[in-house]
Amino acid sequence: MIALEVDNVDVRFGGLQVLTNCRLSVKAGEKRAIIGPNGAGKTTLFNVISGTVRPVAGRVVSFKRDITRSPAHVRASLGLARTFQITNLFGNLSVLENILLGLQALTRTKYVFYRMTSSFTELIGNAVALLRDWGLEGKKDHPVRSLSHGEQRQLEIILALASKPKILLLDEPTQGLSTAETGLVVPMVRSLEASTTVLFIEHDMDVAFQMADKITVLYYGSVLADGTEEEIRSDPNVAEVYLGLENHDA
Amino acid sequence: MSHKARSLAFLIALLCGLSVLPLILSTYYLGLVTGALILAILAMSANLLLGYLGLASVGQAAFFGVASYAVAIYTRSAEGAAWSAIAVGLLAAVAAGLVFGPLAIRTRDIFFLVIMLAFCQILYGVTYSWRSVTGGDDGLPGLARPDLIPGVSLDGPVSYYVFVAVVFLLVVGAFRLFVNSPFGLVLKGIRDSDSRMRALGYNVWLYKYIAFTASALIGGISGVLHAYYYGCPNPADFSLIHSSSALLMVILGGPGALLGPLAGSLIIVFVREFVSNVTDRWLIVLGFAYVCTVLFFPDGLIGTIGRWWREKSSRGRSHATAPLPERSQEESSTEFVSAGKSN
Repeated sequence: MIALEVDNVDVRFGGLQVLTNCRLSVKAGEKRAIIGPNGAGKTTLFNVISGTVRPVAGRVVSFKRDITRSPAHVRASLGLARTFQITNLFGNLSVLENILLGLQALTRTKYVFYRMTSSFTELIGNAVALLRDWGLEGKKDHPVRSLSHGEQRQLEIILALASKPKILLLDEPTQGLSTAETGLVVPMVRSLEASTTVLFIEHDMDVAFQMADKITVLYYGSVLADGTEEEIRSDPNVAEVYLGLENHDA
Repeated sequence: MSHKARSLAFLIALLCGLSVLPLILSTYYLGLVTGALILAILAMSANLLLGYLGLASVGQAAFFGVASYAVAIYTRSAEGAAWSAIAVGLLAAVAAGLVFGPLAIRTRDIFFLVIMLAFCQILYGVTYSWRSVTGGDDGLPGLARPDLIPGVSLDGPVSYYVFVAVVFLLVVGAFRLFVNSPFGLVLKGIRDSDSRMRALGYNVWLYKYIAFTASALIGGISGVLHAYYYGCPNPADFSLIHSSSALLMVILGGPGALLGPLAGSLIIVFVREFVSNVTDRWLIVLGFAYVCTVLFFPDGLIGTIGRWWREKSSRGRSHATAPLPERSQEESSTEFVSAGKSN
């Protein structure tokens, strides 16, 4: 079963061609890393998949459904969730309220305007339980802007997971984290259910190889290579543009 | 005291305060308070947009004016109309919200502010020029207060004050429920990050549209009360000063604070009263008050008092966290800078 297929997508910002004939096919349950130099179009590819950027050509298909023209919130309701490279949370709201927004996103509760949020005890119980699972229960009443960067990056992922997505896009989950904090995120991703399809952008090669089943290398808006760790490491093109020119130097 | 008990105590204090006023104030000052309550409702409609969606509007008078004209025009064609006239006024305001909404909510920041201003000016132009229907700059004088309940007249200043105060309390109650509901939480989420809300699966456009229309309805309630209060809708209802003082009331009171608009409108109505006895240039005083609020009390009056209260009570609980207040003050002033940018 193919969870996500990006088919010959082109994206242009004015005169700048960001993605050219970009192709990607990810099986359900697969953990896929997207790597590539700065400006390769990795985040743009995520924006195309999640629906914030519309391609000028090509298709995006998820579980046999063409979602190329679907707005972002419809894709989310189909089970697609994402995190952001630059932390994108609700800074003035408490940690608990952030999670509530994630949990109620795909329920009818989100339209209720005639009952206090505090009266939804089951929903709040679920939110607290989720925070307990990830060790943030003690911070539930703190405003998110008072959290440390590491905690915010963690919350960034928890928020995306709250709606139990089928496909999860993680845009540089370890961005700006210390080695110790990165050590917390890796098992977090690893502990996701096997059925969850995960795509993630990662600059740290070791982290990428640790978390991914397969790796896609993006270069100037096109897919340069696709494959397992071994295939990527031995690919001469990848070595040249991305991993450096060790072989030639040697 | 728990949060619930405190807000209940506050509500009872407000109720007592409002019910004592007719006994201690002269008819004239009671009239000023009535006017302030009506303006406070208008300010609440601006507060819904500014405090919960981060959209600063200087066009709330559009809904206010549409509702008051609709009441007057309808009453002229249907003599003795009471509830139906009020319904027509509110429907007209909601209709204006439904029509302007799709255009206005595509924009944000300064663009939203300007487009709302433009709507208001269009309506001002229409009412000013369309003499046969709107009476031009004379307005539509002679609107009498109807007997909403047979035998109970609203003609006296005290009875109309009671009516306005009851409506005000109902609006405050409904507003409080609305902003503390899951729907209200969604609005606060959109204020902080609309891109994240979309990614989570919220139809941001729809929420903004509904909130915009709700704010039109609240503005309409204020307009209907105003129409019966002065009995003469006129083009000044759509004026820039009217719209901007509604926004200023919110900023003075504190965006997002439930009773901020009431505090703001009482200050503005009474300052205008006293200053305009001394000088015609009371707008200068208003502008000065605005600048001072933005510079020194970015959280507004209610917001600043609320923060001071929280700090006092948290200091009472543990002395160890004594340096905390200073930091949070710093935090909120930087927050203001960024809020100012986005607004």
